[in-house]
Amino acid sequence: MKGLPGTSTGSISLAWLVWLFSTCVGCAFFAHVLFKGEDKTVFMPGPLSSGHHQLAESCDSCHTDAFGGGPVLQESCESCHGDVRKKPFDSHPKAKFSDPRNADMLADLNATQCVTCHQEHKAEITLVNGVTQPEDFCYQCHESIAEDRPSHEGMGFDTCANSGCHNFHDNRALYTDFLVKHLDQPEVLEAAGLPEREFADVLDMLIEYPREQFPVETLSQVDADAPEEKQQDATVMAQWEASGHAEQGVNCTACHTSIAIESKADADPAGNEVHWTDEPMAENCASCHGIEVEAFGKGKHGMRLAAGLSPMSVGAARLPMHEDAAHQELTCNSCHAAHDYDVVSAAVEACVGCHADDHTVAYRNSKHYALWLAETEGNGKPGTGVSCASCHMPRVSQDVDDYNSRIVVDHNQSANLAPNSKMIRGACLECHGLGFSIDALMDDQLIVNNFQGLPAMKNDSLPMARELMESHEKRKNGQ
Amino acid sequence: MKTRSKILFASTIGSAMTLGVAAAIANDAADTPSITPKTMADALHMVMDSDRAVYTRRIVNRLAAKEKVITASEHFEDEKALVLPAQMFRFGAEMVTERAAENPDVNFSYSLQSLWPINSQNAPKTDAEKEGLQFVVDNKGENYYTTEELGGQNYFTAIYADTAVSPVCASCHNDHVDSPRTDFKIGDVMGGVVIRIPIES
Repeated sequence: MKGLPGTSTGSISLAWLVWLFSTCVGCAFFAHVLFKGEDKTVFMPGPLSSGHHQLAESCDSCHTDAFGGGPVLQESCESCHGDVRKKPFDSHPKAKFSDPRNADMLADLNATQCVTCHQEHKAEITLVNGVTQPEDFCYQCHESIAEDRPSHEGMGFDTCANSGCHNFHDNRALYTDFLVKHLDQPEVLEAAGLPEREFADVLDMLIEYPREQFPVETLSQVDADAPEEKQQDATVMAQWEASGHAEQGVNCTACHTSIAIESKADADPAGNEVHWTDEPMAENCASCHGIEVEAFGKGKHGMRLAAGLSPMSVGAARLPMHEDAAHQELTCNSCHAAHDYDVVSAAVEACVGCHADDHTVAYRNSKHYALWLAETEGNGKPGTGVSCASCHMPRVSQDVDDYNSRIVVDHNQSANLAPNSKMIRGACLECHGLGFSIDALMDDQLIVNNFQGLPAMKNDSLPMARELMESHEKRKNGQ
Repeated sequence: MKTRSKILFASTIGSAMTLGVAAAIANDAADTPSITPKTMADALHMVMDSDRAVYTRRIVNRLAAKEKVITASEHFEDEKALVLPAQMFRFGAEMVTERAAENPDVNFSYSLQSLWPINSQNAPKTDAEKEGLQFVVDNKGENYYTTEELGGQNYFTAIYADTAVSPVCASCHNDHVDSPRTDFKIGDVMGGVVIRIPIES
């Protein structure tokens, strides 16, 4: 073999060997990461958005097929977000655009595909709420809005989605007739208060409730069905006896029965007939609290568990958290202690124990907290206190099945955060008028200090709705 | 083989062949194109129109206008009210679109549009829609048929007059804040049902 001038055959062979060795090492490294490694971020084309960063090590949560393109990704989006991408929760559902008459419009902005507006791994163009579409996207279809709504004449193309104006998806608190219906409401409603939780009252309606095994009756320690050796901790037994579980007939084995680790329980050397597990998991909770656990898995607290990953840790959060809580992990028991599951503590202490942002830190100086203290100390009516959960895990009426609905604590605390006017219907309007609520959520400083003071600005939506209705009435009356 | 067995054997074979031929003929009949896009569109429209007329007259008119036991509202969930007939129609159209996407062999779409739409997104967009909606207004009792190409796909497009079959159709549109026309009366053509069936060329 003849080498280049100045090179010997030996040095060329060595170079080939080095290349071959480097290639093999490289291939082995990437193959190991791909098939065995937990952290696959080396393959990532760009950082994930705040909405998905927890799933960085689980590429196949979204990329369910390595060779799938748009349809695969769309299916992944819908598998987690699809239930609220329908009417009435979404004013721009996919079905609205699927008619062939929209072909030209879709060629400019394909609103049937989530990634048209929400591309992942594109940190450099990602705006608030994970939007990667330029801010003029409303204009594509609504450029002539001023003809229908003269009040909108001259408004900037980038102002449509301002807080209190319009939401592309959940616009349920901002549509014209809703504004009209809530004109002239006071800042604080006369009958301010949250609806009562009613899980215990609707047990009869729950088809999944194991009523034959655990009849609804109050239990005491003598009724406990845990193996004898598991009943030695007096504190645990006393906590269970004082809990709502014992009050409603939920015995030890209702939770401590292995579901996901059946084979391990089968191998129990003690040979207990009950497949006892010391550490019940979310699946156990879900056997009665399915709606709550499902919602938990859709929010940032539980999305890792829902994806089959280890629980989210406080230290991995992108929001400001207390350093001394960094090691804590998020499961059902993180907020609801195993036996002493105090919903009062879960509604405030559990939150402020981890979250350290200004809004959370300011909470204990707020009127909301004063009301919470009053209620929990017995000086306020039930439902009049305002905890963290009152707004971030609101009590909403939810369909249990085709025939029943009940008040559910929405355990997806991410659901109403952005845009923040999604919080209006489920939370703010329980106590405040619509106008006051919209104004308060427009005021960033007021949000930071946890609503200490009054809104410093006024949204024009309600006055515009009033003007529209008044002019319509005049037209009807021939004036 | 005895004679009786031979007869039995021959009968069995004969019966099997007869059944086979009958089945083949039935299959052929099911698979043989014998319906034109126009006939299919007319049939679809007959079902749609009848269903909506039944819902309007026997549900909405009876319970909301006559008996007054419930209202019908555009915001039916917030108002705990009946779905408006036009919404009922649109929800069906959206469901058909979703289901047809999963079953391309049974592919068609339909929509309700108007030259005077409450929601401007339901105004005619394509040339066929503009011409067809005007045609059914100008030629009462006649339908409009054409072909068009949208997004690279050819369609047979049929447009049928949508008439105010009850006083509430007219009054609701006349009273709506976003209605561009306020003088509808019963019997007026208020818009049109547009049915599209994909065709090859």
